[in-house]
Amino acid sequence: MSATAISFTGQLINLFASVILLLAFAMLAQRRVMPLINLFALQGATLFLSTLVVAVSTGQHHLYWSAGLTLVLKVIALPLILHRLVRRLYVKWEVESLINIPTIMLVGIGLVIIAFNVALPISQLSDTITRGTLGIALATVMLAFLMMITRTKAIPQVVGFLSMENGLFLAATSATYGMPMVVELGIALDVLVGAIILGVFFFQIRDQFDSLDIRHMERLKDM
Amino acid sequence: MNISGLLAQLFAIVMALFLAPLLTGWVGQCRAWLQSRTAPPLLQPYYMLHKLFHKDVVLAHGASSLFRVAPFVVFGCMVLACAIVPTLSTDLPFAPAADTIALVGVFGLARVFISLAAMDIGTSFGSLGGRREMLVGFLAEPALLMVIFTTAMISQSTSVATIVETLAHREFAIYPSLAFAGIAFTFVSLAENARVPVDNPATHLELTMIHEAMILEYSGRHLALIEWASSLKLYAYSCLGLALFFPWGIAAGDSFPAMLAAIPLLLLKLTIGGFLLAVIETVNAKMRIFRAPEFLGTAFLLAVLGLLVRLLMETRV
Repeated sequence: MSATAISFTGQLINLFASVILLLAFAMLAQRRVMPLINLFALQGATLFLSTLVVAVSTGQHHLYWSAGLTLVLKVIALPLILHRLVRRLYVKWEVESLINIPTIMLVGIGLVIIAFNVALPISQLSDTITRGTLGIALATVMLAFLMMITRTKAIPQVVGFLSMENGLFLAATSATYGMPMVVELGIALDVLVGAIILGVFFFQIRDQFDSLDIRHMERLKDM
Repeated sequence: MNISGLLAQLFAIVMALFLAPLLTGWVGQCRAWLQSRTAPPLLQPYYMLHKLFHKDVVLAHGASSLFRVAPFVVFGCMVLACAIVPTLSTDLPFAPAADTIALVGVFGLARVFISLAAMDIGTSFGSLGGRREMLVGFLAEPALLMVIFTTAMISQSTSVATIVETLAHREFAIYPSLAFAGIAFTFVSLAENARVPVDNPATHLELTMIHEAMILEYSGRHLALIEWASSLKLYAYSCLGLALFFPWGIAAGDSFPAMLAAIPLLLLKLTIGGFLLAVIETVNAKMRIFRAPEFLGTAFLLAVLGLLVRLLMETRV
Protein backbone atom coordinates (compact mmCIF):
# COMPACT_ATOMS: atom_id res chain seq x y z
CA MET A 1 0.00 0.00 0.00
CA SER A 2 1.33 3.37 -1.00
CA ALA A 3 -0.27 5.37 1.81
CA THR A 4 1.99 3.86 4.41
CA ALA A 5 4.96 5.40 2.63
CA ILE A 6 3.84 8.85 3.75
CA SER A 7 5.28 9.72 7.14
CA PHE A 8 3.07 10.22 10.17
CA THR A 9 3.42 14.02 10.13
CA GLY A 10 2.58 13.98 6.44
CA GLN A 11 -0.58 12.04 7.26
CA LEU A 12 -1.46 14.53 10.00
CA ILE A 13 -1.01 17.44 7.60
CA ASN A 14 -3.16 15.69 5.01
CA LEU A 15 -5.83 15.12 7.65
CA PHE A 16 -5.86 18.78 8.66
CA ALA A 17 -5.97 19.85 5.02
CA SER A 18 -8.97 17.57 4.46
CA VAL A 19 -10.69 19.10 7.48
CA ILE A 20 -10.08 22.57 6.03
CA LEU A 21 -11.72 21.46 2.78
CA LEU A 22 -14.61 19.94 4.70
CA LEU A 23 -15.09 23.20 6.62
CA ALA A 24 -15.03 25.14 3.34
CA PHE A 25 -17.95 23.01 2.17
CA ALA A 26 -19.71 23.41 5.50
CA MET A 27 -19.42 27.19 5.14
CA LEU A 28 -20.81 26.95 1.63
CA ALA A 29 -23.84 25.05 2.94
CA GLN A 30 -24.39 27.15 6.07
CA ARG A 31 -27.56 29.20 6.04
CA ARG A 32 -27.09 31.34 9.16
CA VAL A 33 -24.58 34.08 9.87
CA MET A 34 -23.38 33.20 13.39
CA PRO A 35 -22.51 29.55 12.68
CA LEU A 36 -20.82 30.75 9.49
CA ILE A 37 -18.45 32.91 11.53
CA ASN A 38 -17.83 30.05 13.97
CA LEU A 39 -17.01 27.75 11.06
CA PHE A 40 -14.58 30.36 9.79
CA ALA A 41 -12.90 30.46 13.21
CA LEU A 42 -12.72 26.66 13.21
CA GLN A 43 -11.12 26.72 9.77
CA GLY A 44 -8.56 29.19 11.09
CA ALA A 45 -7.86 26.91 14.06
CA THR A 46 -7.32 23.92 11.76
CA LEU A 47 -4.99 26.04 9.62
CA PHE A 48 -3.08 26.99 12.77
CA LEU A 49 -2.69 23.33 13.77
CA SER A 50 -1.58 22.30 10.30
CA THR A 51 0.98 25.13 10.10
CA LEU A 52 2.24 24.18 13.55
CA VAL A 53 2.73 20.56 12.49
CA VAL A 54 4.61 21.68 9.38
CA ALA A 55 6.76 24.00 11.51
CA VAL A 56 7.61 21.28 14.01
CA SER A 57 8.34 18.64 11.39
CA THR A 58 10.51 20.84 9.16
CA GLY A 59 12.13 23.07 11.79
CA GLN A 60 11.34 26.23 9.83
CA HIS A 61 11.32 28.92 12.50
CA HIS A 62 9.37 31.54 10.62
CA LEU A 63 6.48 29.10 10.34
CA TYR A 64 6.00 29.36 14.12
CA TRP A 65 5.41 33.06 13.63
CA SER A 66 2.98 32.36 10.81
CA ALA A 67 1.13 29.87 12.99
CA GLY A 68 0.98 32.38 15.86
CA LEU A 69 -0.26 35.08 13.50
CA THR A 70 -2.96 32.74 12.24
CA LEU A 71 -4.05 31.94 15.78
CA VAL A 72 -4.23 35.56 16.93
CA LEU A 73 -5.81 36.98 13.79
CA LYS A 74 -8.04 34.32 12.29
CA VAL A 75 -9.10 32.36 15.33
CA ILE A 76 -9.47 35.20 17.84
CA ALA A 77 -9.45 38.72 16.40
CA LEU A 78 -11.43 38.48 13.16
CA PRO A 79 -14.24 36.24 14.48
CA LEU A 80 -14.58 38.58 17.46
CA ILE A 81 -14.84 41.61 15.18
CA LEU A 82 -17.39 39.82 12.98
CA HIS A 83 -19.43 38.69 15.99
CA ARG A 84 -19.56 42.26 17.29
CA LEU A 85 -20.58 43.52 13.86
CA VAL A 86 -23.38 40.99 13.55
CA ARG A 87 -24.70 41.91 16.99
CA ARG A 88 -24.49 45.64 16.33
CA LEU A 89 -26.12 45.31 12.92
CA TYR A 90 -28.86 42.86 14.04
CA VAL A 91 -28.33 40.57 11.06
CA LYS A 92 -28.75 37.15 12.63
CA TRP A 93 -31.37 36.02 10.16
CA GLU A 94 -30.87 33.44 7.46
CA VAL A 95 -28.51 34.24 4.64
CA GLU A 96 -30.16 33.88 1.29
CA SER A 97 -28.10 32.64 -1.59
CA LEU A 98 -28.69 33.17 -5.29
CA ILE A 99 -28.74 29.47 -6.18
CA ASN A 100 -30.16 26.76 -3.93
CA ILE A 101 -27.70 25.01 -1.65
CA PRO A 102 -27.56 21.49 -3.24
CA THR A 103 -26.75 23.04 -6.63
CA ILE A 104 -23.99 25.11 -5.05
CA MET A 105 -22.59 21.95 -3.48
CA LEU A 106 -22.56 20.18 -6.86
CA VAL A 107 -20.81 23.15 -8.46
CA GLY A 108 -18.41 22.98 -5.51
CA ILE A 109 -17.56 19.35 -6.28
CA GLY A 110 -16.87 20.34 -9.88
CA LEU A 111 -14.54 23.09 -8.65
CA VAL A 112 -12.73 20.63 -6.39
CA ILE A 113 -12.15 18.27 -9.30
CA ILE A 114 -10.79 21.14 -11.44
CA ALA A 115 -8.57 22.34 -8.60
CA PHE A 116 -7.17 18.86 -7.95
CA ASN A 117 -6.42 18.36 -11.64
CA VAL A 118 -4.76 21.75 -11.99
CA ALA A 119 -2.68 21.27 -8.84
CA LEU A 120 -1.47 17.78 -9.62
CA PRO A 121 1.32 18.67 -12.11
CA ILE A 122 2.37 21.69 -10.04
CA SER A 123 2.65 19.73 -6.81
CA GLN A 124 4.82 17.13 -8.54
CA LEU A 125 7.42 19.86 -9.15
CA SER A 126 7.59 20.62 -5.46
CA ASP A 127 9.51 18.48 -2.98
CA THR A 128 7.98 19.67 0.29
CA ILE A 129 6.35 17.28 2.74
CA THR A 130 3.08 19.13 2.24
CA ARG A 131 2.84 19.12 -1.54
CA GLY A 132 -0.23 16.86 -1.54
CA THR A 133 -2.27 19.60 0.09
CA LEU A 134 -1.73 22.10 -2.74
CA GLY A 135 -4.82 20.83 -4.55
CA ILE A 136 -6.88 21.24 -1.39
CA ALA A 137 -5.56 24.77 -0.91
CA LEU A 138 -6.55 25.67 -4.45
CA ALA A 139 -9.96 24.06 -3.95
CA THR A 140 -10.48 26.07 -0.75
CA VAL A 141 -9.69 29.30 -2.60
CA MET A 142 -12.16 28.44 -5.36
CA LEU A 143 -14.88 27.40 -2.90
CA ALA A 144 -14.44 30.72 -1.10
CA PHE A 145 -14.79 32.48 -4.45
CA LEU A 146 -17.97 30.51 -5.08
CA MET A 147 -19.32 31.60 -1.72
CA MET A 148 -18.60 35.26 -2.49
CA ILE A 149 -20.36 34.92 -5.84
CA THR A 150 -23.47 33.13 -4.61
CA ARG A 151 -24.21 35.10 -1.44
CA THR A 152 -26.17 38.30 -1.58
CA LYS A 153 -25.49 39.66 1.89
CA ALA A 154 -22.38 41.62 2.75
CA ILE A 155 -21.15 39.68 5.80
CA PRO A 156 -21.01 36.22 4.18
CA GLN A 157 -19.11 37.81 1.32
CA VAL A 158 -16.53 39.16 3.73
CA VAL A 159 -16.29 35.76 5.41
CA GLY A 160 -15.76 34.25 1.96
CA PHE A 161 -12.99 36.76 1.32
CA LEU A 162 -11.28 35.87 4.60
CA SER A 163 -11.70 32.16 3.94
CA MET A 164 -10.02 32.68 0.57
CA GLU A 165 -7.06 34.13 2.42
CA ASN A 166 -6.99 30.92 4.51
CA GLY A 167 -6.77 28.94 1.30
CA LEU A 168 -3.94 31.11 -0.05
CA PHE A 169 -2.05 30.73 3.20
CA LEU A 170 -2.42 26.94 3.03
CA ALA A 171 -1.23 27.01 -0.58
CA ALA A 172 1.85 29.01 0.39
CA THR A 173 2.68 26.62 3.22
CA SER A 174 2.15 23.54 1.12
CA ALA A 175 4.08 24.67 -1.97
CA THR A 176 7.08 26.45 -0.47
CA TYR A 177 6.85 26.28 3.35
CA GLY A 178 5.31 29.73 3.55
CA MET A 179 6.01 33.15 2.17
CA PRO A 180 8.74 35.48 3.45
CA MET A 181 7.92 37.02 6.82
CA VAL A 182 7.46 40.54 5.42
CA VAL A 183 4.91 39.40 2.87
CA GLU A 184 3.05 37.35 5.43
CA LEU A 185 2.89 40.22 7.92
CA GLY A 186 1.75 42.53 5.15
CA ILE A 187 -1.05 40.20 4.08
CA ALA A 188 -2.16 39.59 7.63
CA LEU A 189 -2.39 43.32 8.36
CA ASP A 190 -4.13 43.87 5.02
CA VAL A 191 -6.77 41.34 5.92
CA LEU A 192 -7.26 42.83 9.37
CA VAL A 193 -7.52 46.36 8.07
CA GLY A 194 -9.75 45.15 5.25
CA ALA A 195 -12.12 43.53 7.71
CA ILE A 196 -12.27 46.69 9.81
CA ILE A 197 -12.89 48.94 6.79
CA LEU A 198 -15.56 46.58 5.50
CA GLY A 199 -17.12 46.72 8.95
CA VAL A 200 -17.42 50.48 8.59
CA PHE A 201 -18.81 49.96 5.10
CA PHE A 202 -21.51 47.70 6.46
CA PHE A 203 -22.90 50.56 8.52
CA GLN A 204 -22.72 52.90 5.54
CA ILE A 205 -24.52 50.39 3.31
CA ARG A 206 -27.21 49.83 5.88
CA ASP A 207 -27.75 53.53 6.47
CA GLN A 208 -28.07 54.07 2.74
CA PHE A 209 -30.36 51.16 1.82
CA ASP A 210 -31.83 49.96 5.16
CA SER A 211 -30.46 46.53 4.23
CA LEU A 212 -27.18 44.69 3.84
CA ASP A 213 -28.25 43.15 0.58
CA ILE A 214 -25.60 44.22 -1.88
CA ARG A 215 -27.95 43.74 -4.82
CA HIS A 216 -29.20 47.22 -4.01
CA MET A 217 -25.81 48.54 -5.02
CA GLU A 218 -26.41 47.51 -8.61
CA ARG A 219 -28.92 50.34 -8.88
CA LEU A 220 -26.49 53.06 -7.82
CA LYS A 221 -26.92 56.09 -10.05
CA ASP A 222 -25.44 59.59 -10.09
CA MET A 223 -28.30 61.90 -9.35
CA MET B 1 -17.06 -25.45 1.39
CA ASN B 2 -16.88 -27.76 4.36
CA ILE B 3 -19.09 -28.56 7.30
CA SER B 4 -17.35 -26.31 9.80
CA GLY B 5 -17.61 -23.37 7.42
CA LEU B 6 -21.33 -23.97 7.00
CA LEU B 7 -21.78 -24.27 10.75
CA ALA B 8 -19.88 -21.03 11.29
CA GLN B 9 -22.07 -19.30 8.72
CA LEU B 10 -25.20 -20.68 10.34
CA PHE B 11 -23.97 -19.52 13.73
CA ALA B 12 -23.40 -15.99 12.41
CA ILE B 13 -26.91 -15.87 10.92
CA VAL B 14 -28.59 -17.20 14.06
CA MET B 15 -26.68 -14.68 16.11
CA ALA B 16 -27.81 -11.89 13.78
CA LEU B 17 -31.42 -13.04 14.12
CA PHE B 18 -31.26 -12.91 17.90
CA LEU B 19 -29.03 -9.88 18.36
CA ALA B 20 -30.94 -7.63 15.94
CA PRO B 21 -34.08 -7.09 18.08
CA LEU B 22 -31.83 -6.72 21.09
CA LEU B 23 -29.97 -3.87 19.35
CA THR B 24 -33.26 -2.17 18.51
CA GLY B 25 -34.35 -2.58 22.13
CA TRP B 26 -31.07 -1.14 23.37
CA VAL B 27 -31.36 1.93 21.13
CA GLY B 28 -34.93 2.45 22.32
CA GLN B 29 -33.83 2.16 25.93
CA CYS B 30 -31.00 4.66 25.47
CA ARG B 31 -33.35 7.09 23.74
CA ALA B 32 -35.80 6.85 26.61
CA TRP B 33 -33.05 7.49 29.17
CA LEU B 34 -31.69 10.47 27.26
CA GLN B 35 -35.16 11.97 26.92
CA SER B 36 -35.88 11.29 30.63
CA ARG B 37 -38.71 8.93 29.95
CA THR B 38 -39.21 5.59 31.65
CA ALA B 39 -37.32 3.12 29.52
CA PRO B 40 -39.06 0.08 28.06
CA PRO B 41 -37.42 -3.24 28.98
CA LEU B 42 -34.46 -4.32 26.88
CA LEU B 43 -36.41 -7.30 25.59
CA GLN B 44 -39.38 -5.21 24.45
CA PRO B 45 -38.87 -6.01 20.71
CA TYR B 46 -38.99 -9.73 21.54
CA TYR B 47 -42.28 -9.27 23.41
CA MET B 48 -43.59 -7.37 20.39
CA LEU B 49 -42.54 -10.13 18.01
CA HIS B 50 -44.03 -12.79 20.30
CA LYS B 51 -47.30 -10.95 20.50
CA LEU B 52 -47.50 -10.30 16.77
CA PHE B 53 -46.67 -13.89 15.82
CA HIS B 54 -49.63 -15.09 17.90
CA LYS B 55 -52.12 -12.72 16.34
CA ASP B 56 -54.27 -13.40 13.32
CA VAL B 57 -53.54 -11.76 10.03
CA VAL B 58 -56.11 -9.32 8.76
CA LEU B 59 -55.87 -8.69 5.05
CA ALA B 60 -57.41 -5.81 3.16
CA HIS B 61 -59.99 -6.71 0.48
CA GLY B 62 -57.89 -5.54 -2.42
CA ALA B 63 -54.70 -7.24 -1.27
CA SER B 64 -52.96 -9.17 -4.03
CA SER B 65 -50.47 -11.98 -3.56
CA LEU B 66 -47.68 -9.39 -3.80
CA PHE B 67 -48.88 -7.93 -0.53
CA ARG B 68 -48.68 -11.34 1.18
CA VAL B 69 -45.30 -12.23 -0.31
CA ALA B 70 -43.54 -8.93 0.40
CA PRO B 71 -42.86 -9.49 4.14
CA PHE B 72 -41.17 -12.80 3.41
CA VAL B 73 -39.08 -11.30 0.59
CA VAL B 74 -38.03 -8.37 2.76
CA PHE B 75 -37.16 -10.64 5.66
CA GLY B 76 -35.23 -12.97 3.35
CA CYS B 77 -33.27 -10.06 1.87
CA MET B 78 -32.29 -8.81 5.31
CA VAL B 79 -31.19 -12.27 6.49
CA LEU B 80 -29.10 -12.59 3.32
CA ALA B 81 -27.60 -9.15 3.93
CA CYS B 82 -26.71 -10.18 7.50
CA ALA B 83 -25.05 -13.30 6.11
CA ILE B 84 -22.95 -11.31 3.63
CA VAL B 85 -21.87 -8.54 6.00
CA PRO B 86 -18.94 -9.79 8.08
CA THR B 87 -20.08 -9.72 11.67
CA LEU B 88 -17.83 -12.12 13.52
CA SER B 89 -15.53 -13.40 10.83
CA THR B 90 -14.51 -12.24 7.36
CA ASP B 91 -13.99 -15.60 5.74
CA LEU B 92 -17.35 -17.34 5.68
CA PRO B 93 -18.82 -19.47 2.88
CA PHE B 94 -21.40 -16.83 1.98
CA ALA B 95 -18.90 -13.98 1.69
CA PRO B 96 -17.84 -14.68 -1.93
CA ALA B 97 -21.50 -15.03 -2.94
CA ALA B 98 -21.97 -11.30 -3.26
CA ASP B 99 -19.73 -8.25 -3.28
CA THR B 100 -20.64 -4.86 -1.86
CA ILE B 101 -22.46 -3.73 -4.98
CA ALA B 102 -24.69 -6.81 -4.84
CA LEU B 103 -25.21 -6.10 -1.14
CA VAL B 104 -26.54 -2.64 -2.02
CA GLY B 105 -28.71 -4.40 -4.60
CA VAL B 106 -30.13 -6.71 -1.94
CA PHE B 107 -31.14 -3.70 0.15
CA GLY B 108 -32.63 -2.19 -3.02
CA LEU B 109 -34.67 -5.33 -3.72
CA ALA B 110 -36.17 -5.23 -0.24
CA ARG B 111 -36.99 -1.55 -0.70
CA VAL B 112 -38.73 -2.12 -4.04
CA PHE B 113 -40.87 -4.93 -2.63
CA ILE B 114 -41.98 -3.09 0.47
CA SER B 115 -42.81 0.03 -1.56
CA LEU B 116 -44.82 -1.99 -4.08
CA ALA B 117 -46.66 -3.76 -1.29
CA ALA B 118 -47.44 -0.41 0.30
CA MET B 119 -48.96 0.83 -2.97
CA ASP B 120 -50.74 -2.49 -3.56
CA ILE B 121 -53.60 -1.82 -1.16
CA GLY B 122 -54.35 1.51 -2.72
CA THR B 123 -54.66 3.59 0.44
CA SER B 124 -53.30 7.10 0.23
CA PHE B 125 -50.92 6.58 3.16
CA GLY B 126 -49.41 3.50 1.59
CA SER B 127 -48.58 5.14 -1.70
CA LEU B 128 -47.39 8.28 0.09
CA GLY B 129 -45.01 6.21 2.21
CA GLY B 130 -43.88 4.15 -0.77
CA ARG B 131 -43.05 7.23 -2.81
CA ARG B 132 -41.21 8.87 0.06
CA GLU B 133 -39.24 5.68 0.65
CA MET B 134 -38.20 5.63 -3.00
CA LEU B 135 -37.20 9.31 -2.78
CA VAL B 136 -34.96 8.59 0.19
CA GLY B 137 -33.70 5.38 -1.38
CA PHE B 138 -32.63 6.77 -4.73
CA LEU B 139 -30.68 9.50 -2.99
CA ALA B 140 -29.11 7.23 -0.37
CA GLU B 141 -28.01 4.49 -2.75
CA PRO B 142 -25.42 6.45 -4.79
CA ALA B 143 -23.99 7.89 -1.59
CA LEU B 144 -23.67 4.39 -0.12
CA LEU B 145 -22.01 3.17 -3.31
CA MET B 146 -19.54 6.06 -3.22
CA VAL B 147 -18.66 5.23 0.40
CA ILE B 148 -18.07 1.64 -0.62
CA PHE B 149 -15.96 2.66 -3.62
CA THR B 150 -13.72 4.71 -1.34
CA THR B 151 -13.02 1.69 0.84
CA ALA B 152 -12.78 -0.51 -2.25
CA MET B 153 -10.04 1.73 -3.65
CA ILE B 154 -7.98 1.28 -0.51
CA SER B 155 -8.22 -2.50 -0.65
CA GLN B 156 -8.38 -2.87 -4.46
CA SER B 157 -11.44 -5.10 -4.28
CA THR B 158 -15.21 -4.81 -4.02
CA SER B 159 -15.62 -8.01 -2.04
CA VAL B 160 -16.72 -7.20 1.49
CA ALA B 161 -14.49 -9.85 3.03
CA THR B 162 -11.36 -8.59 1.25
CA ILE B 163 -12.08 -4.95 2.10
CA VAL B 164 -12.56 -5.69 5.77
CA GLU B 165 -9.53 -7.96 5.90
CA THR B 166 -7.32 -5.31 4.29
CA LEU B 167 -8.58 -2.60 6.62
CA ALA B 168 -8.31 -4.78 9.71
CA HIS B 169 -4.78 -5.98 9.13
CA ARG B 170 -3.09 -2.82 7.88
CA GLU B 171 -0.40 -0.81 9.54
CA PHE B 172 -1.65 2.19 11.45
CA ALA B 173 -2.23 5.05 9.05
CA ILE B 174 -4.56 8.03 9.01
CA TYR B 175 -6.84 7.94 6.02
CA PRO B 176 -8.64 11.29 5.66
CA SER B 177 -10.71 9.66 2.93
CA LEU B 178 -12.01 7.07 5.41
CA ALA B 179 -13.03 9.87 7.76
CA PHE B 180 -15.09 11.47 4.99
CA ALA B 181 -16.55 8.10 4.04
CA GLY B 182 -17.38 7.36 7.69
CA ILE B 183 -19.40 10.56 8.11
CA ALA B 184 -21.18 9.94 4.82
CA PHE B 185 -21.95 6.37 5.88
CA THR B 186 -23.47 7.63 9.14
CA PHE B 187 -25.76 9.98 7.20
CA VAL B 188 -26.82 7.21 4.83
CA SER B 189 -27.50 4.72 7.64
CA LEU B 190 -29.66 7.25 9.47
CA ALA B 191 -31.73 7.77 6.33
CA GLU B 192 -31.90 4.11 5.34
CA ASN B 193 -32.95 2.89 8.76
CA ALA B 194 -35.69 5.50 9.12
CA ARG B 195 -33.94 7.24 12.00
CA VAL B 196 -34.59 10.69 13.35
CA PRO B 197 -33.24 13.42 11.10
CA VAL B 198 -35.05 11.83 8.15
CA ASP B 199 -37.84 9.75 9.68
CA ASN B 200 -39.00 8.97 13.20
CA PRO B 201 -39.36 5.24 13.89
CA ALA B 202 -41.73 5.86 16.78
CA THR B 203 -44.19 8.20 15.13
CA HIS B 204 -47.57 7.62 13.61
CA LEU B 205 -48.07 11.28 12.84
CA GLU B 206 -49.50 11.13 9.38
CA LEU B 207 -47.66 13.96 7.72
CA THR B 208 -44.14 12.99 8.70
CA MET B 209 -43.92 9.21 8.65
CA ILE B 210 -42.14 7.33 5.89
CA HIS B 211 -41.45 3.77 6.99
CA GLU B 212 -44.50 3.50 9.24
CA ALA B 213 -46.78 4.76 6.48
CA MET B 214 -45.79 1.83 4.29
CA ILE B 215 -46.54 -0.86 6.84
CA LEU B 216 -49.80 0.52 8.24
CA GLU B 217 -51.87 -2.18 6.54
CA TYR B 218 -49.83 -5.08 7.84
CA SER B 219 -50.82 -7.12 10.87
CA GLY B 220 -50.04 -10.34 12.66
CA ARG B 221 -47.09 -12.40 11.51
CA HIS B 222 -46.57 -10.20 8.43
CA LEU B 223 -46.01 -7.19 10.63
CA ALA B 224 -43.77 -9.25 12.91
CA LEU B 225 -41.60 -10.25 9.95
CA ILE B 226 -41.35 -6.66 8.76
CA GLU B 227 -40.44 -5.40 12.24
CA TRP B 228 -37.85 -8.12 12.56
CA ALA B 229 -36.53 -7.26 9.09
CA SER B 230 -36.08 -3.61 10.01
CA SER B 231 -34.18 -4.68 13.15
CA LEU B 232 -32.02 -6.88 10.95
CA LYS B 233 -31.43 -3.97 8.59
CA LEU B 234 -30.24 -1.80 11.46
CA TYR B 235 -28.02 -4.64 12.62
CA ALA B 236 -26.60 -5.19 9.11
CA TYR B 237 -25.86 -1.50 8.67
CA SER B 238 -24.26 -1.25 12.11
CA CYS B 239 -22.09 -4.29 11.45
CA LEU B 240 -21.13 -3.00 8.00
CA GLY B 241 -20.13 0.35 9.49
CA LEU B 242 -18.18 -1.32 12.29
CA ALA B 243 -16.48 -3.67 9.85
CA LEU B 244 -15.48 -0.87 7.47
CA PHE B 245 -14.42 1.81 9.93
CA PHE B 246 -13.60 -0.03 13.19
CA PRO B 247 -12.60 -3.47 11.95
CA TRP B 248 -10.26 -4.40 14.80
CA GLY B 249 -10.85 -7.70 16.50
CA ILE B 250 -12.81 -9.41 13.75
CA ALA B 251 -11.88 -13.06 13.20
CA ALA B 252 -10.28 -14.04 9.90
CA GLY B 253 -11.17 -17.73 9.57
CA ASP B 254 -14.17 -19.90 10.29
CA SER B 255 -12.74 -21.50 13.42
CA PHE B 256 -15.15 -21.43 16.33
CA PRO B 257 -12.72 -20.31 19.05
CA ALA B 258 -11.72 -17.25 17.01
CA MET B 259 -15.36 -16.41 16.36
CA LEU B 260 -16.30 -16.84 20.00
CA ALA B 261 -13.42 -14.56 20.92
CA ALA B 262 -14.77 -11.92 18.53
CA ILE B 263 -18.22 -11.90 20.17
CA PRO B 264 -17.47 -9.74 23.25
CA LEU B 265 -15.77 -7.09 21.13
CA LEU B 266 -18.67 -7.04 18.68
CA LEU B 267 -21.14 -6.70 21.56
CA LEU B 268 -19.09 -3.86 23.02
CA LYS B 269 -18.92 -2.07 19.67
CA LEU B 270 -22.65 -2.53 19.08
CA THR B 271 -23.44 -1.24 22.59
CA ILE B 272 -21.40 1.90 22.02
CA GLY B 273 -22.75 2.29 18.48
CA GLY B 274 -26.35 1.95 19.67
CA PHE B 275 -25.80 4.53 22.39
CA LEU B 276 -24.27 6.97 19.89
CA LEU B 277 -27.25 6.41 17.58
CA ALA B 278 -29.58 7.27 20.46
CA VAL B 279 -27.54 10.42 21.14
CA ILE B 280 -27.76 11.48 17.49
CA GLU B 281 -31.50 10.86 17.52
CA THR B 282 -31.94 12.86 20.70
CA VAL B 283 -29.94 15.96 19.80
CA ASN B 284 -31.39 16.27 16.30
CA ALA B 285 -34.88 17.30 15.34
CA LYS B 286 -36.64 15.57 12.52
CA MET B 287 -36.21 17.61 9.39
CA ARG B 288 -38.83 18.45 6.82
CA ILE B 289 -39.17 15.82 4.14
CA PHE B 290 -37.99 18.31 1.53
CA ARG B 291 -34.77 18.80 3.45
CA ALA B 292 -33.99 15.08 3.09
CA PRO B 293 -32.56 15.50 -0.44
CA GLU B 294 -30.21 18.14 0.93
CA PHE B 295 -29.18 15.87 3.81
CA LEU B 296 -28.48 12.96 1.49
CA GLY B 297 -26.90 15.26 -1.07
CA THR B 298 -24.44 16.24 1.63
CA ALA B 299 -23.75 12.57 2.29
CA PHE B 300 -23.10 12.01 -1.41
CA LEU B 301 -20.85 15.06 -1.51
CA LEU B 302 -18.83 13.84 1.47
CA ALA B 303 -18.42 10.42 -0.09
CA VAL B 304 -17.26 11.93 -3.39
CA LEU B 305 -14.86 14.19 -1.49
CA GLY B 306 -13.48 11.11 0.25
CA LEU B 307 -12.92 9.50 -3.13
CA LEU B 308 -11.19 12.63 -4.48
CA VAL B 309 -9.02 13.04 -1.39
CA ARG B 310 -8.05 9.40 -1.72
CA LEU B 311 -7.02 10.02 -5.35
CA LEU B 312 -5.12 13.21 -4.59
CA MET B 313 -3.27 12.54 -1.39
CA GLU B 314 -3.02 8.87 -0.64
CA THR B 315 -2.15 7.22 -3.92
CA ARG B 316 1.27 8.73 -4.48
CA VAL B 317 4.33 7.96 -2.42
